[in-house]
Amino acid sequence: MPAIHVDGLTKLYRVPVRQAGLRASVRSLVKRRFRDVVAVDDISFDIEPGEVVGFLGPNGAGKTTTLKMLSGLLHPDAGVVEVLGHTPSHRRREFLSRITLVMGNRNQLSWDLPALDSFELNKSIYRLEPESFVEARDEYVELLGLETLVDKPVRNLSLGERMKVEIAGALLHRPDVLFLDEPTIGLDVTAQRKLREFVAEYSRRYGATVMLTSHYMADVVALAKRVIVIHHGRLLYDGGLGGLAARFASSKKITVTMAAPPADLSPYGPVIARETDKVTFEVSRAETSGLAARLLRDFEVSDLTIEDPPIEDVIERVFEEPGDDWA
Amino acid sequence: MIAYTRMYAGWARVAILEQFQYRVANYFYMIGMVAEPVIYLVVWSTVAEQRGGAVGGFTAGDLAAYYIVWTLVRNMNIVLTPYAWEQRIKEGELVTDLLRPVHPVHRDLAYFGGWKLVVIVMWLPIAAVLTWIFRPSLDPSAAEIGLFAVALWGGFFVRFFALWALGLVTLWTTRVSALFELYFTAELLLSGRLVPLSLMPTWVQTLADFLPFQWAFQFPIETLIGRRSTAEIWLGIGMQALWTCVAIGVTAVLWRRGTRRFAAVGG
Repeated sequence: MPAIHVDGLTKLYRVPVRQAGLRASVRSLVKRRFRDVVAVDDISFDIEPGEVVGFLGPNGAGKTTTLKMLSGLLHPDAGVVEVLGHTPSHRRREFLSRITLVMGNRNQLSWDLPALDSFELNKSIYRLEPESFVEARDEYVELLGLETLVDKPVRNLSLGERMKVEIAGALLHRPDVLFLDEPTIGLDVTAQRKLREFVAEYSRRYGATVMLTSHYMADVVALAKRVIVIHHGRLLYDGGLGGLAARFASSKKITVTMAAPPADLSPYGPVIARETDKVTFEVSRAETSGLAARLLRDFEVSDLTIEDPPIEDVIERVFEEPGDDWA
Repeated sequence: MIAYTRMYAGWARVAILEQFQYRVANYFYMIGMVAEPVIYLVVWSTVAEQRGGAVGGFTAGDLAAYYIVWTLVRNMNIVLTPYAWEQRIKEGELVTDLLRPVHPVHRDLAYFGGWKLVVIVMWLPIAAVLTWIFRPSLDPSAAEIGLFAVALWGGFFVRFFALWALGLVTLWTTRVSALFELYFTAELLLSGRLVPLSLMPTWVQTLADFLPFQWAFQFPIETLIGRRSTAEIWLGIGMQALWTCVAIGVTAVLWRRGTRRFAAVGG
């Protein structure tokens, strides 16, 4: 049974609309007009236990709305959602005790108290046995290097430090499913890496299912083998990271190192970079093998590599595609 | 049950720790709150003196007792203001609450309950100073003190659940300040906060009998200052229980419907 089962999930937001100006303002007092905005539009996917999945999309794509429906914060307007066999919107204790949702821009710990006090509180909220609580707490303190942070009031911690204690607090009950929404937002490179390593280690140790959204592709590349891409609320892609480039990248890069390259290589294809004997072409996927063969035939080649464009470029290209239902 | 007790103790502990973080600010806040009853006390004591020593059956000493106990009751029935819901929703705090495997009402109940323990301790010196200045007529029996303790917490529960239910309206629309203002104005006039209800016109007293406000304010005060018989006190505690149950019922309905509508804005 999948840890997460989503079928035809749809969410509409009903937003009030009115024209600018005093007259429209007065008119809206009598008769309010609304417009339905489709935030999530009929998406379906399954995620198996222990899988780590990157959930990608530009701002407003519907990622956070989807995560909120999966964690029981929002009621779907249509479709089926099951997480660990539960319907999230019923918000049963058994369900909420087995998941966590960490949002990078939100604090769950008491601002005024040391994190240790909030951890103690989570122990009573999640009804943790003293031994399992101490074991989890000490493990995370060590893994995240929190020894000198947990006894300071949270308000005195830096953003990166705060995020580390936040995630430790959110995992004390050892959830089976982690929804991570931009967990590394605003963090420096070191803190991002530390958090990524921690999530990977947690998932490995406890077989936890992780669904991660991030604008930092490094997070996704480091943690997820599979990505789900949504745009304008619709599912665009569900598969391996490598397949994402195959599906959406229309071109490939050929970098060739050759002896005495001629000044004009334009008959072979568009040159995007050149330094002494190393030349990089960007060609359509269909032309890749043909160009590689011609280069090998026509020149004395010492090295030749064929690459997909960087994943960031691929994603950017996907998100630039216009939606057909956006109003 | 044990799990809930531990959880309540956990929240109460956090409340106490947080209140001690801001103990000086809290103390000044409590002292500031004394201004309101002292003004009422001075005004009504003057009226009583001009009417030959009593007004509506209250002597200056009775009024002093009424308003000194008022300071404790007022501090005890400070609960989550409905205005806080707007911030909760906008700042995303409600999202955190909804993700916990426990109804958020428990958090607030335990948190504000824990806060009260700090309030009682901090109130004692203030009460001593007011007693020294205003010389109240206050001589409760042990039984009255015991029943007052029950009524004091009963008042807290009435007001807590009534305002929690009122705050839930914010799940439908975040601009509900006018509604809250209306509620607080009615409460000021019909609870015994501004003036003992016996000094109000009869029709106001009749109206107040059909509303919950006096059970959170005047009733606990009168329990201690000896203006109610034991039978009336038990009846009053019953009324507190009734209004608490009504407010819990309304809260349950609004919560179930409101969370379906909740758009989880603000993070």
